[in-house]
Amino acid sequence: MAQIKNTNNVKINSDFKFEYAPAPEATDMVKIKKQNKLFINGKWVSGKNNQFFDSINPATGEKLAEITEASPDDVDRAVKAARKAYTGQWSQFSGKERSRYLFRIARIIQERSRELAVLETMDNGKPIKESRDFDVPLVAAHFFYYAGWADKLDYLFNGKSVRSLGVAGQIIPWNFPLLMASWKIAPALAAGNCVVLKPAETTSLSALLLAEIIEESGLPPGVVNIITGAGATGAALVNHPDVNKIAFTGSTEVGKIIARSTVASQKKLTLELGGKSAHIVYEDAAIEQAVEAVVNGIYFNQGHVCCAGSRLLVEESIAKVFVHKLKRRMRSLRVGDPMDKNTDIGAINSKNELDKIKKLIAQAQIEGNEYFEPELTSIPEKGYYIKPCFFNNVASSANICRREVFGPVLAIQTFRTPAEAISKANDTPYGLAAGIWSEKGAKIHKTAQALKAGVIWANTYNKFDPASPFGGYNESGWGREGGRHGLLPYVEVK
Amino acid sequence: MPNGITIQKHGGVSFPILTEPIDEVMVIERATSFTKRSIKKQSKLDALYKCIEMIDLTTLEGADTVGKVKQLCTKARFPVTSEFAEELARYKNFQPIPSVAAVCVYPSMVATAREALKGTKIRVASVATAFPAGQVPLKTRLKDVKDAVSAGADEIDMVINRGAFLAGDFQTVYDEIIQVKEVCGSAHLKVILETGELATFDNVRLASEIAMEAGGDFIKTSTGKVAPAATMPVTLVMLQAILDFYDRTGKIIGMKPAGGIRNAKQAVHYLCMVNEVMGSMWLTPELFRFGASSLLNDILKQIYKQFTGRYAYDKSFSLD
Repeated sequence: MAQIKNTNNVKINSDFKFEYAPAPEATDMVKIKKQNKLFINGKWVSGKNNQFFDSINPATGEKLAEITEASPDDVDRAVKAARKAYTGQWSQFSGKERSRYLFRIARIIQERSRELAVLETMDNGKPIKESRDFDVPLVAAHFFYYAGWADKLDYLFNGKSVRSLGVAGQIIPWNFPLLMASWKIAPALAAGNCVVLKPAETTSLSALLLAEIIEESGLPPGVVNIITGAGATGAALVNHPDVNKIAFTGSTEVGKIIARSTVASQKKLTLELGGKSAHIVYEDAAIEQAVEAVVNGIYFNQGHVCCAGSRLLVEESIAKVFVHKLKRRMRSLRVGDPMDKNTDIGAINSKNELDKIKKLIAQAQIEGNEYFEPELTSIPEKGYYIKPCFFNNVASSANICRREVFGPVLAIQTFRTPAEAISKANDTPYGLAAGIWSEKGAKIHKTAQALKAGVIWANTYNKFDPASPFGGYNESGWGREGGRHGLLPYVEVK
Repeated sequence: MPNGITIQKHGGVSFPILTEPIDEVMVIERATSFTKRSIKKQSKLDALYKCIEMIDLTTLEGADTVGKVKQLCTKARFPVTSEFAEELARYKNFQPIPSVAAVCVYPSMVATAREALKGTKIRVASVATAFPAGQVPLKTRLKDVKDAVSAGADEIDMVINRGAFLAGDFQTVYDEIIQVKEVCGSAHLKVILETGELATFDNVRLASEIAMEAGGDFIKTSTGKVAPAATMPVTLVMLQAILDFYDRTGKIIGMKPAGGIRNAKQAVHYLCMVNEVMGSMWLTPELFRFGASSLLNDILKQIYKQFTGRYAYDKSFSLD
């Protein structure tokens, strides 16, 4: 029997082990087609080249379905359908009519939320508790929010009216597949544009289910077209001459390529890219809760979050205590089957990403950074899993402190004064988000003013609301999504 | 909450009370996360059995009589009828239903409980110090404790002086706990903070620190006579205080949420919280108790359901 060591002579002999039995969410309500077509002009059509690629369930490594690889011809068909729908119908609709469709889509998303959450978890690998309680409710919230804007565009700017752009080409990432689709589609439609959307190649299935929902809503054919494929499909969309606007969320690397290829065109461009966001914890913070926020900030969604708080800046006077508590907290994280309702950290989205993260961790270890991972009971053998970890006492010049890992890896640094915290936080090519922990209001405000980041959370982290704009400085991107700001990239101001 | 609180020990030595600011929003968020845990099958059964072992079966009514307390003690010893036990014994892996940790009564009922529980391991706990308000002179409160201990109480549940606490007189709060502890002798002391009256998490954290420094063996949320009584967030704040105190001093202090925990599902969520914040070794009656009266029957109902797949008829369990 185990005994808890103590100095007040309490005898505790308890060998009780509270282990949680598997509690998997049922998956039978989700029907996945073996081969998936493209959604163009309100119809499900085959790709012209009839080429497919596999979509893998990262929790098991097994194939879920075959997805059509859209060719440049398919992209052209989709853009043409969008253009026709735009000039023929959608641009003549009143705001009120557009908002009716958006409300309808939002309501169907709520009705089919369980199905969406389960499919998202199967295809992406994120824990069901996140897809159920975070992703899907926010997806519906975005459609509801922009439904409300559709008939109020005349009030976007005092005394000015706005005009829609035409056809928007939208390319989204695999980390929040549905949520990113909603961030893109909802404001575009509210502002009166038509859309060709391409999901990431590893996570096409929930976007295709969203297409089904859009079909069910009775939205006129061609207003939203969803085409699947990898980089070449995306490039064909970006380079299509009849697209008026490109919205991209993804890696900084690809963002730069898109910026270069659209620079000489008439296309408007917004980019939401990577980040290496700083989480600053002052010594007067509520430490236990700051630990919680740091854990949420970096380990939420396996760290596949562009605004992840991947750099912890902790005041030196509390660093030891903080790291001690962080380690303790990490030991209770449950890594495993994402479909299990008790899983905190699910599967890494793809073999490719897993290898990339492992490589970066190994490199940081070779470079002599102090590594910690919790001794968790088990992680599944099959599928793509990795333990959450951190590197302590990292130098600002270290690769692990500068490069975006996009995985559950935290880099910890210390600071001594607020000025140093701010300087370190801003010492990055990125500038997407930041977190500040202090019980002193003035200190929070002063720090927030000085931070060059698009989103700043105080005494919390990773809080999202459709009414709040999101976007970054520098290499984190151009433009904002969400809120009133999120409509600007989809309109011309008259 | 004032910064830099110092307390004088008997003999004049001063020492600081170390406390932590608490962020209310994040505490509630973390506490809520435990209510999302899904505990099924064998792990649910294990948890339910464990809950019974950690219950302080309580009756604290003006209408308590010798007869009622005797009945409660019988229920504490044999939570289910022999007929019920025989029915469940037919199922595979059935383990006998354990008895509860303690019976908790007013001081006037301690002798009755002591007698009724003779020969068992069940402890007799008594609320003393002019429970629940504590608004009588200290002399009287100490006498109350002394009487309960000499009548045979193994554990004393005292209330802190909330009036002094809210007036900022932490020294008095500390001194009184020290004196109660002295009168307790070998009886275990549970210090009731009455978190519903302390109102803020910062206050709860500070009161926890004072109670532990003054020698409380357990810290307890509430009397059950004030709303809100025990909540998950308040219990989380206290558990984290216990953990920090352990890190600092090596002393282990127990935790007792009391009041408002009425069903098995809630109790299992508390178990998840202790399990994940403290570790499963802390899930033992020496370190964790539920102060409850109606909880036991709901747990029994759930155990019956786990074995048989159906719910028992309400009347299968005695009310007390």
